[in-house]
Amino acid sequence: MRYLISRRITQITVMALYIAAHVWGLKILEGNLSSSVLLGTVPLSDPYAVLQMFVAGSVITTDVLIGATLIALFYGVVGGRMFCSWVCPINMVTDAANWLRRKLGISHVQKRVYMSRNLRFWILGMSLVLSFAMGLTAFELVSPISMLHRGLVFGMGFGFSAILIIFFFDLFVHENGWCGYVCPLGGFYSLVGKFSLIRVKHNVDNCTECMKCKVVCPEKEVLHMVAKHSATVTMGACTNCARCIEVCDDDALNFSIRNFVDKK
Amino acid sequence: MSKEKFSSRRKFLLTTARAAGLAGIGALVWSSMLEESVAHSLILRPPGALPEEDFLKTCIKCGLCVSACPYDTLKLAAPGDHKPMGTPFFDARDIPCYMCTDIPCVPVCPTGALDEQSVTTDGELDINLSRMGVAVIDSSACVAFWGIQCDACHRACPLIDEAIIIEYDKNERTGKHAFLTPVVVNDVCTGCGMCEHACITEKAAITIIPREVVLGHAGSHYVKGWDEKDQERVKDATGATTHTELSKKSVLDNLNDDSEFY
Repeated sequence: MRYLISRRITQITVMALYIAAHVWGLKILEGNLSSSVLLGTVPLSDPYAVLQMFVAGSVITTDVLIGATLIALFYGVVGGRMFCSWVCPINMVTDAANWLRRKLGISHVQKRVYMSRNLRFWILGMSLVLSFAMGLTAFELVSPISMLHRGLVFGMGFGFSAILIIFFFDLFVHENGWCGYVCPLGGFYSLVGKFSLIRVKHNVDNCTECMKCKVVCPEKEVLHMVAKHSATVTMGACTNCARCIEVCDDDALNFSIRNFVDKK
Repeated sequence: MSKEKFSSRRKFLLTTARAAGLAGIGALVWSSMLEESVAHSLILRPPGALPEEDFLKTCIKCGLCVSACPYDTLKLAAPGDHKPMGTPFFDARDIPCYMCTDIPCVPVCPTGALDEQSVTTDGELDINLSRMGVAVIDSSACVAFWGIQCDACHRACPLIDEAIIIEYDKNERTGKHAFLTPVVVNDVCTGCGMCEHACITEKAAITIIPREVVLGHAGSHYVKGWDEKDQERVKDATGATTHTELSKKSVLDNLNDDSEFY
């Protein structure tokens, strides 16, 4: 449970700091996840949003460029999709939906809707094409992620409906549908974290093939080595959420630093 | 030609066509959503905002300007506000811009969507340079135009007697009263909205409207001959000759020609 609790604490703390900055003027972390200022000096920006702005033809300022580079470097080192499982507030919504889905056993009664894991990269590509063609930040203007983190700080409006759509989509339409298939920001961060250092490592000697990890993993493909051979999870799609580590009773999965040297 | 080869080629073509079709549907739905989301033209932006088209692609929707505003004037558009989502705006009737001299909302903008240069003269911030909109008076709803004395907007204007002036006229109806009517000087008005906020009518008779929506442009055809400065405005103007069916012949020939006019 410790990883789950740490993730919830990080997610809630980040949002609480934004809210505290806006409501009480506590200047630790101001703005929202699109762009913020840390301790009144360090700019931080969403590199995907900045990429859309650039493609749309906006003049990118030094502040934003530094901010986006810092964030990209950070996630490039610690694990691209750590944003998804440790920071993004949508994670709490989809985790809740998928927990309920497992409890209700919806996957057992439902015919599988076919979606490709690559859908998010198509959407990512299309967002850039549309940004270029229309001179607008295509995903930012419709993003339910921004609706939530912006709404929590600056007012939701009807943003709850978008969050409900994601909740019901994950609950009734497709397991891990939003985060695992649709979200282009997740796709973007999985590319950013392609060569990140912090990785889950599987030790097949301890594995009893209970496959609990595969049940709980939101990106099952990344655990392809489980019960087959010892290896590090190298796919960018892994969100480092540590759910597999937590369900493993046999100490067959653990965090480790990626070893570039003995790579075949 | 083996059957198998044919079917794999066919499969490839069909898969490609299907992918293209799905991408096309996605692009059409998504782009129409975007078109609708930015269709709102009557939106008031914070001071120093870039022209709307550039603003939309440059604003990262972080809300730092909103947090910086000490009067809670600025808001970020949420779903249901019918405005481009996440972008800052204000409703002047609700809370106008109170024209802080240090303009806290502008320098915090990380992307330059709020352009500090546009509200700076000689290295100093000058809020009077901002052009958030322009006040427009509905003279049929404004009670001053009825002959009832009211100068609420004039008094509320931070650029009193510059951006809103009072004109005097005789009230012929009574024969002994005067009309004291407010007139907006478009070149000076910043669009802060304090007039709209102060207006005493049930629905404001003076409203802030984005400048690009309401202001005209005389072009270079007309010049104020009595104003030397105005010559500057048209110094780069070039002549243009239009060619129509009528202009093929000389004017006299056209007038004397009994053929039908076009």
